[in-house]
Amino acid sequence: MLKMVLTGLLLVSTQIALGKSAVDVDMNFRLVKEVAPTLRTESSSTADHTKFEALQGPFRDGPEVTRACLSCHTEAGKQFMSTIHWTWEGTEPDTGRQLGKRHLVNTFCTNARGNEGICAQCHASYGWKEEDFGPAGLKWEEVVDAGDPNNIDCLVCHDRTGTYYKSPLTEGNEACSVMFQGKPPIDLGEAARNVGSVGRENCGTCHFYGGGGDGVKHGDMDSSLTRPTRPVDVHMDADGLNFACTRCHVSETHAVAGSRYHVTAKDNEGTGKPGERRNAATCESCHGLSPHPIDSVAGVKLNDHVDRIACQTCHIPAMARGGVATMTDWDWRTAGRTQNGEGFKETNYTQGDGTHRDTYKSIKGSFEYGEHLQPHYAWFDGRIRHTTIDTAFDPAEAPIAINRFGGSAEDPNSRIWPFKEMRTVQPYDKGNNTLVYMHLWGDDEDAYWGNYDFARAIEAGMAHSGLPYSGEYGFIETLSYWPITHMVAPKEEAVACAECHAREGRLAGVGGFYLPGRDGRWVDWLGVLLVGGALLGVLGHALLRFASSARRRAS
Amino acid sequence: MTTRSVLIFSRFERFWHWAQMALIFALMFTGLAVHGLHRTIDFETAVTVHTWSAIALIALWLFAVFWHLTTGTWRHYVPTTKGLWTVARFYAYGIFKGEHHPYRKVYWRKHNPLQALAYLALKLVLFPAIWISGIAYLGYNLWADASGWLGVVAAVHLLSAYAILAFVIAHIYLLTTGHSFVAHVKPMVTGYDEVDLTDAEESYLRERGLLARKGPGSPP
Repeated sequence: MLKMVLTGLLLVSTQIALGKSAVDVDMNFRLVKEVAPTLRTESSSTADHTKFEALQGPFRDGPEVTRACLSCHTEAGKQFMSTIHWTWEGTEPDTGRQLGKRHLVNTFCTNARGNEGICAQCHASYGWKEEDFGPAGLKWEEVVDAGDPNNIDCLVCHDRTGTYYKSPLTEGNEACSVMFQGKPPIDLGEAARNVGSVGRENCGTCHFYGGGGDGVKHGDMDSSLTRPTRPVDVHMDADGLNFACTRCHVSETHAVAGSRYHVTAKDNEGTGKPGERRNAATCESCHGLSPHPIDSVAGVKLNDHVDRIACQTCHIPAMARGGVATMTDWDWRTAGRTQNGEGFKETNYTQGDGTHRDTYKSIKGSFEYGEHLQPHYAWFDGRIRHTTIDTAFDPAEAPIAINRFGGSAEDPNSRIWPFKEMRTVQPYDKGNNTLVYMHLWGDDEDAYWGNYDFARAIEAGMAHSGLPYSGEYGFIETLSYWPITHMVAPKEEAVACAECHAREGRLAGVGGFYLPGRDGRWVDWLGVLLVGGALLGVLGHALLRFASSARRRAS
Repeated sequence: MTTRSVLIFSRFERFWHWAQMALIFALMFTGLAVHGLHRTIDFETAVTVHTWSAIALIALWLFAVFWHLTTGTWRHYVPTTKGLWTVARFYAYGIFKGEHHPYRKVYWRKHNPLQALAYLALKLVLFPAIWISGIAYLGYNLWADASGWLGVVAAVHLLSAYAILAFVIAHIYLLTTGHSFVAHVKPMVTGYDEVDLTDAEESYLRERGLLARKGPGSPP
């Protein structure tokens, strides 16, 4: 504890010395600047939790609050523990590969597995003790799967005071002490008595910060959605419709609709009967299958697009529009540089809201960011195929897509979707041609975030999970794709027709179909023959007439 | 046989011709914009104007088909080889020798054989090709699956359009081949043109009031 305070003080003083802002948005959720809760206007609750006897407290710790919650919500524990929010696990339908944060390798900090001490602060749980961690990280099977419902963290989602926060489960290495900046202690009783349906900031606590910082991962989800303006998101517009996430991500018994692993790329059901669809987060589940008004040719024609073009493709003209940048490139090769034996960072990107973003960190490498980015467009059938830790690939085929999407023009269930494309150069096993788990987090000699030694961190990461490792690592270029579906713009800012219906438009690279305005150029050559032939014929005929009549007049 | 100025293009026929001209020009301009050959108007406007013009033109054609059938004017377009060669020879050779057009308009046959054949081909081949492909294009979602037939439909539509444009060019050029451009256009404005009439036709048309009171060829 003393170490934390001291390094914290040291860090604050260095920042003052460098004239930098003491606020560092992209390191940790605890550094969220604004904590006031968003307003939920549509609540129809029949209970006032401040009056509940069980919630009067005082509470010693989180699990005690949960015990109080579960004393009334008797089934909530079992329900929640069957959802992916708890299991962090799923399987790929056709391959049986294990997905979920428990297993996957991504193109950011690469793996949560083995680094749960930091990563699992986004797992809605508490109570994990030293003995719940083994060398391979959190003992998922033993302590999570068979876990005690009292270890569910109800408050991280349901606190409506905005004062609740989570911190890393374990302390980690000195190099990461920036994360432990002071925060007021949580008043658990106050939070418990002010629970409610989740607000945007509750979901955002984790989902806005995926990939290790504000807006880093998704491109369409960042802290600007806590209180967005209308141009940023027409549905969540804080002064307008003010939708909470759950207005679309409807839930039933804690199972929340909408999954990135199994995306509904094309919804054929539409609105369904009143109250029927509790398992769909699609645009169509509210807007129906003919969403455009049919009072104009354009409206009728736009409805003709719905079967092949995702709503998002036109209605999200650009990503990262709220003043928060999204990361586009990450290069792990440059990680590990030190100044005077210490890690350091460079902050050379200033985003729309004025915040400076790190462009280099010793613990992670180099980054590039972008705002107002045009998405990458592709046919998408809703299934994302992952390059998992046990998937061998051919390094000659780099960049390797860590998650690639299926779909084509020929498949009637595919539509053209927007994606954020992320480019990364990350370590891989040069001998086995697989991705690697790195041991990043920990207060031990093997943790990369401390020793800056890839060889050791990979060796340890693979060994802890019992995975084969050739002992030789290299760096490989990877790509990852993130379907874009948030930051829906007001309709007047939707992508105009000619931005796709043009030779070099947004869809220039999407093939397999005829796009008016872009395709059919070969017909133009026949047109040139026909029309040019007519013109030449007419011109020749006219010249001959002119010449012959001149000759006749002369004679 | 006398030459008289006779009402040969009725009010509907003239309206049909000029309305069709305006719509074809509108369709050509907006169609090429949709195809991406020019960007003087935005895509949405182009599609909107193109669609409404096409609907109007199809409605006009339905009226015209009805008119042709009920008035018997379809007979003007029955193809004939009689005189066809003479007219073709005139355009390819005689016109340069200062010869006169070999065809004399008669009341029951207001187009020369080559002209009638060209119009017939336009009406039976190009126009159906463009409106059938156009309806298929517009209603693509009603019949097509993910099989990618749109490219074929669009190619037929575009090719027909280019062929019609070639026709328009030749059509306008041929207006310059007679006495004057104006003399050729005038009948489609006033409805009256010089026609060789038999005595019986003349007295019938005079009685019906279809001869011009005054004008070239009218009796002194």
